[in-house]
Amino acid sequence: MNGRDAGFRGEIAKGLFAENPVFVKALGLCPALAVTNSAINGLAMGLATTFVLFMSSLLVSALRRLIPSQVRISTYIVVIATFVTVADFSLQALAPAIHREMGAFIALIVVNCLILGRAEAFASRHPVPAALGDALGMGAGFAGALILIGGVREVLGSGALFGFALFGPRFEPWVVMILPPGGFLVVGVLLLLFARRAAARERAAAAEERR
Amino acid sequence: MSAALLGIFVSALLVNNFTLSYFLGLCPFFGVSGRLQTAFRLGMANTFVMLITSLAAWALHTYVLIHAPYLMLIAYILVIASTVQFVEMVIKKASPALFRALGIFLPLITTNCAIMALALFQTSRGYGLLQGLVFAAGAGLGVTLALVLMAGLREEAELSNVPALLRGTAMSFLIAGVLSLAFMGFAGLFGGS
Repeated sequence: MNGRDAGFRGEIAKGLFAENPVFVKALGLCPALAVTNSAINGLAMGLATTFVLFMSSLLVSALRRLIPSQVRISTYIVVIATFVTVADFSLQALAPAIHREMGAFIALIVVNCLILGRAEAFASRHPVPAALGDALGMGAGFAGALILIGGVREVLGSGALFGFALFGPRFEPWVVMILPPGGFLVVGVLLLLFARRAAARERAAAAEERR
Repeated sequence: MSAALLGIFVSALLVNNFTLSYFLGLCPFFGVSGRLQTAFRLGMANTFVMLITSLAAWALHTYVLIHAPYLMLIAYILVIASTVQFVEMVIKKASPALFRALGIFLPLITTNCAIMALALFQTSRGYGLLQGLVFAAGAGLGVTLALVLMAGLREEAELSNVPALLRGTAMSFLIAGVLSLAFMGFAGLFGGS
């Protein structure tokens, strides 16, 4: 962050690319790997996290002058835990199949460092609109990353995307990709691609300056 | 009875290793696994907090949360945060040297999802007091094992000639993928799934 307020729309764009929580900041890795064996699970996890992030940013930002700084972390955690409970119960009622598949990981949004990190680093020092923009951007960046990881793993591991078969019956699924090792390997390769893109950009910028 | 306990222990230690097959506690796994010594100490501190959390979560679940199940998440996170705070105070008083060695990693255990997951799994699988403690010991030692293996491999990788792009997080993930593949070989041990 370079100190100035980028406004609502700027905050959203920032979360999607330049400060993408998963690929650039490496926050919230546990759920990003654990539930992404299909694109639809990644989408559900991304939406649930965005909801919790949005609501807790709203509350933390609105109450930022009332929360004494000595107990702020505990306050944030109670706020976050409350909204995670709401998300957990809602998902259980609305989409029981997905809720069963993700097991404890919805409840584990409480300890997702992305949410506490944004509450402490951003929402507690900015007015409500900027905090909401930041929450939406970070949430969208997180959901996007999860859908990307889940999509790659689903296409390779079960030959489908969002549950629709892609390759016909002769496709031999690469099963390891939907098992735990596949998560590490896919994220490793995606990180490599991101690093390569950043390196290419830097080289281009350096060449621009020399001219 | 004891065979069932052994099954829980081995399952948490190897077959369903918290780090390598459940993806829990990845932040310290990638952040702190640079040096062998630190990795081992962090693993032991983790195990200790897990044991106490297991005890506290069992007591809470049995005596308090029966009356208000919707408070589970809030109650657990507060218990974990105060346990870590308490452990920190005890270690500071009892062994200042260990306290200095652990440094910032001690308070950060609060936001380690492996601890929270331990309490949640224990509740959802209906483990009793003894089963819970055995489960916590297995999970804690499993996390320590993964941390130490990873740290050893990364110390080795420091000395080899790796392409510049691969250095850092990307390579750690690929190493973890191979480690996780190796741990899949334990599947089916003791009938654990």
